Amino acid sequence: MNLLETIRLAIRALLRSKTRSVLTALGIIIGVGAVIAMVAIGDGARASVQRVFDSMGTNMLIVLPGSSNSGGARGGFGSQPSLTWDDLEAIRTQLPSVRAAAPELRSSAQLSSGETNWATSVVGTTPDFFEVRNWPMALGARFSESDAELGSKVVILGQTVVDNLYGKGVDPVGQVVRIKSTPFTVVAVAARKGQSPVGQDFDNTAFIPTTSFRRSVQSQSLGAYITGVVYVQAASAGQTAQAQQDITQLLRERHRLDEGEADDFDVRNLAELASGQQESTRTLSLLLAAIAAVSLVVGGIGIMNIMLVSVTERTREIGVRVAIGARPRDILLQFLVEALTLSMLGGLLGAALGAGVAQLLAAQFQWPMLVRPDVVLLALGFSAAVGVGFGLYPARKASRLDPIDALRYE
Amino acid sequence: MEAVDGAQPLVALRAVSKVYRTGDVEVRALRGVDLAVQPGELVSIMGTSGSGKSTLMNILGCLDKPTQGQYLLDGKDVSRLDRDALARVRNRTLGFVFQSFNLLARTTALENVELPLLYAGVKTKERHARAKDALQRVGLGDRLEHHPKQLSGGQQQRVAIARALVGRPRLILADEPTGNLDSRTSVEVMALFQQLQREGLTLIIVTHEPDIAAYTGRVVVVRDGRIVSDKRQPAQPAVPLPEEEEAVP
Repeated sequence: MNLLETIRLAIRALLRSKTRSVLTALGIIIGVGAVIAMVAIGDGARASVQRVFDSMGTNMLIVLPGSSNSGGARGGFGSQPSLTWDDLEAIRTQLPSVRAAAPELRSSAQLSSGETNWATSVVGTTPDFFEVRNWPMALGARFSESDAELGSKVVILGQTVVDNLYGKGVDPVGQVVRIKSTPFTVVAVAARKGQSPVGQDFDNTAFIPTTSFRRSVQSQSLGAYITGVVYVQAASAGQTAQAQQDITQLLRERHRLDEGEADDFDVRNLAELASGQQESTRTLSLLLAAIAAVSLVVGGIGIMNIMLVSVTERTREIGVRVAIGARPRDILLQFLVEALTLSMLGGLLGAALGAGVAQLLAAQFQWPMLVRPDVVLLALGFSAAVGVGFGLYPARKASRLDPIDALRYE
Repeated sequence: MEAVDGAQPLVALRAVSKVYRTGDVEVRALRGVDLAVQPGELVSIMGTSGSGKSTLMNILGCLDKPTQGQYLLDGKDVSRLDRDALARVRNRTLGFVFQSFNLLARTTALENVELPLLYAGVKTKERHARAKDALQRVGLGDRLEHHPKQLSGGQQQRVAIARALVGRPRLILADEPTGNLDSRTSVEVMALFQQLQREGLTLIIVTHEPDIAAYTGRVVVVRDGRIVSDKRQPAQPAVPLPEEEEAVP
């Protein structure tokens, strides 16, 4: 008997007891569905974490000034200005592991345009900032290096600021906005970036050149010191640790710190944080996949159970088949293919179920949809293996039945 | 016991014994049986239960192997073949008819009849045609798509006979073929067997009913694992009762 006939026969046998077949396949359906959904959820979560970190900046490090120590009360990082403009220039130009570096001076200020006004964060920075933060312009072009140095009265507005000052959908490029009564010309609108992981609205910000910030916004300037943080972009993803090390070494030299002295600054590696997060979601999804694999095995045991029952029930049929010329291997194949068909049918239904669940969750949490074909194939392959593995014993049992006993079986 | 001189017997048992062992107990089911059946014979084997007739039937049907002795089927020694080779012999040379029909439930008559051809590797088209032929031969040409449940006992047994015929066997073995049938359908089935004999087939029927044995031309009686009598007789023609609506032509 050829394979096609055997498969046809198996499907017919399974259709003869539909409810039982579906219930038997349920273990595999749930197992495969779980594997696919779990992996998709894991991947989706990972991708969404990645997206959050990408939104903050690519391969980014943050350099914070040191802590103060006045009369024994130690302030946190940033309480003591210790980074100078020269330090920034040195980081920017002397280290090959650094692609770009930009300061972020931050202050709150009232912006006004015509009749309306809006209180927001004003950031003084350089054009590199938008490189480091991976932040394109939606309208206009960002101010230049020389604007930053010369202290041109130009401003880049975030979307939230535009919405509140001019209304949604208005192009404010070329308009004049007053920041603390100093008029600035709007040169660009930054693309919408959304929220930080802690809910801070990135788009509720106005960016102006550092020199202008120090002249017009900052109440008191600290001269050579940077009153904020420095964002650094490493040359590549692989070099963030190197850059962190290089910056630490450079700043220690520049600040003339002795061997035993603590750093008077802090270099934070966001990429490391991101990969740590990634690792934990990876572990989680592996764990979930392992649980799903266990449910596949349990499904396989269900198939074996039902196949054993089926062999017993159909003892007489087996006897007849053997009497009219079925070889032991024909019987073996028949039951094996039946188990395989059951598990593959379960696998296919499970794959559909898993993809559906993943789709639903992805839509719910606005994750990117990721049903990986390799995972689907793996799950189907695994369910086939389960079918063969757990179908083999009942099939062997069937093929070894003595036809005389089988024909007499009541 | 060769009855027809010169012709090679289709079935030849030579000093066949069968011993079953269950634990320490030895059961000698057959004790040196010699039997020769010529092509075209219709033979009945009779015996009480425990006489060894079932064992004899199983050996004749290549479902069991003799412990001692030789079984030549169509001149070929089949007593030492392996399981696969025996399956082939059963598929190509033999046809089985059982007391309880043993049709596959929820499977049409046509598909039941096709089953031996499936294992013989016959292509779909030819399989359908041959199964249809076989069903027409037993007078069920109009019941191809019926399931066993939709058929009467006599009809089910005729489907089973068609299944035995479809592989174009040399020998048909029927184990109590009328055991589950009323007397009218029994006659009907025996009439069919006589017709098949006239068409040249060889048939061996196991029965414990003398009425049924009367329709055969030779009666072999088995007792305590031995053949105690082997007589030829004029076979009584099986004439189905006139009111039978599905009389075999």
